Amino acid sequence: MSIQSEDVLKIAHLARLGIEPEQVESYASDLSNIMVLVEQMSQVDTSDIEPMAHPLDQSQRLRTDVVLESNQRDALQKNAPAIEDGLFLVPRVID
Amino acid sequence: MKWETVIGLEIHAQLATKSKIFSGASTAYGAEPNTQACAIDLGMPGTLPVLNEQAVRFAVKFGLAIGAHIAPYSVFARKNYFYPDLPKGYQTSQFDKPIVGLGQLDIEVGGETKTIGVTRAHLEEDAGKSLHEDYHGMTGIDLNRAGTPLLEIVSEPDMRSAAEAVAYVKKLHTLVQYLGICDGSMQEGSFRCDVNVSVRPVGQEEFGTRAEIKNLNSFRFIEKAIAHEVERQIDVIDSGGKVVQETRLYDANKDETRSMRSKEEANDYRYFPCPDLLPVEITSSLLDEMRDSLPELPAAKKQRFQQQYGLSAYDSEVLTTQRAMADYYEDAVNFSDGEAKLVANWVMGELSAALNQHNVDIVNSPVSAERLGGLVKRIADQTISGKIAKQVLELMWSSEHSADELIEREGLKQISDTGALEKMIDQLMADNMDQVEQFRAGKTKMIGFFVGQLMKQTQGKANPQELNKLLQSKLKE
Repeated sequence: MSIQSEDVLKIAHLARLGIEPEQVESYASDLSNIMVLVEQMSQVDTSDIEPMAHPLDQSQRLRTDVVLESNQRDALQKNAPAIEDGLFLVPRVID
Repeated sequence: MKWETVIGLEIHAQLATKSKIFSGASTAYGAEPNTQACAIDLGMPGTLPVLNEQAVRFAVKFGLAIGAHIAPYSVFARKNYFYPDLPKGYQTSQFDKPIVGLGQLDIEVGGETKTIGVTRAHLEEDAGKSLHEDYHGMTGIDLNRAGTPLLEIVSEPDMRSAAEAVAYVKKLHTLVQYLGICDGSMQEGSFRCDVNVSVRPVGQEEFGTRAEIKNLNSFRFIEKAIAHEVERQIDVIDSGGKVVQETRLYDANKDETRSMRSKEEANDYRYFPCPDLLPVEITSSLLDEMRDSLPELPAAKKQRFQQQYGLSAYDSEVLTTQRAMADYYEDAVNFSDGEAKLVANWVMGELSAALNQHNVDIVNSPVSAERLGGLVKRIADQTISGKIAKQVLELMWSSEHSADELIEREGLKQISDTGALEKMIDQLMADNMDQVEQFRAGKTKMIGFFVGQLMKQTQGKANPQELNKLLQSKLKE
């Protein structure tokens, strides 16, 4: 499977990445190479192997349900570009 | 053409944990903006999620209650999309390996029982809130809700009418509260409902194209929105158009659904397993523990109420819809020395009316089950009439006194003393010979005059049965 320029633009848009027009071709070719590698791996017969969700062969540790955090709003909002009434302000979003 | 409606539902139940699903920040409702959003909730670089044990236990509990398969291993996945109230750029959810698999729930509509399939239920985190009021042309973001644990419960497209959909939502709403895993508040958004609706000609096998309706925060709105959406889809098809798959918002003020501007590629979430979280393992000992912790479920309780208390199916349904009301009822029956039917009438009638009027939940009823039971006991043993009992209930509402104390203090005890009543009747007859003559001449309705006068004299305290009996015999003498 080869990646076309449109695919690169779509992926970049979904990931909110800005790509210069002159870079599109080279990304398409790099990503296509990766896909070649993936296809190569797909050749291996894995029919009797259970898919794994995580490389670590362990299960999730759980946390007791207690409130441990206190209000750190002032500190956490120090690097926000705009705040008001305790809210983060962002460019207007319309649904 | 005759049309059939097909409905499936997605319900988001906010799990009643103290802390968030992946952080130790509080989930309490109504705090100042961003005071309960810690570095993890904000998606700060370098932070890692740690799963809340209680959220897992609640999900398992729910799964067991609907007879579902509980996955021994379930996996968290990232659902990727950009929105300012989702700081990480992805929602941690579950995708192909949810914690709760196929289960089912029975609903009753029009006297018929129908089984609705529950496809799955999975754990995920909630997003924050966007405030679109004008902040100098900007949007305000409150991330207190970000990371609150949700159980998304997805049904099969098994419902065929708005009434069935509402019955299903109500059943689930009751169930999650019985289990104590969700507070069920629709106003506060703890229990939210998205509806998938499509129509197809009766007899057609394949489903029509569906629209998803969001923003339904009451049972009534769910019913109205579905009714409206079905009509809209039939109109579209009848006029030669095609229903498009989209998300629509219900506007309660206008009672209509309207299309949300669907963003390009909005549904390309590119799920992948979350590398920050390991698979969740459910051990058989946890399963056993959760199974043992299940309370009596609504359907079983309803059946028991019919058998144990001799109540009708309807009364049992009303009394068991809320676990708190069922508990209240049973306590009150005990305190009334077993007046099951009478207590049912009072809980569903006068007490519920008063609670509604004052907008109080039964858990916070100013009149305790003990006091209501005490009141009913006095109606049953004829110390007071039902009418006087309403007065006593009102007095109890604003005081701490028992029914007995109030009956004593206000002198409300029913007059059943035959001698005293006879004396009053004799006097009344002597004073109103005209009316007595009229009665004796065949105008039997005149008895109402005497009853009224005597009730007035006794301020309603005369035992009505006794009074009637005495009047009948005296007037006929």
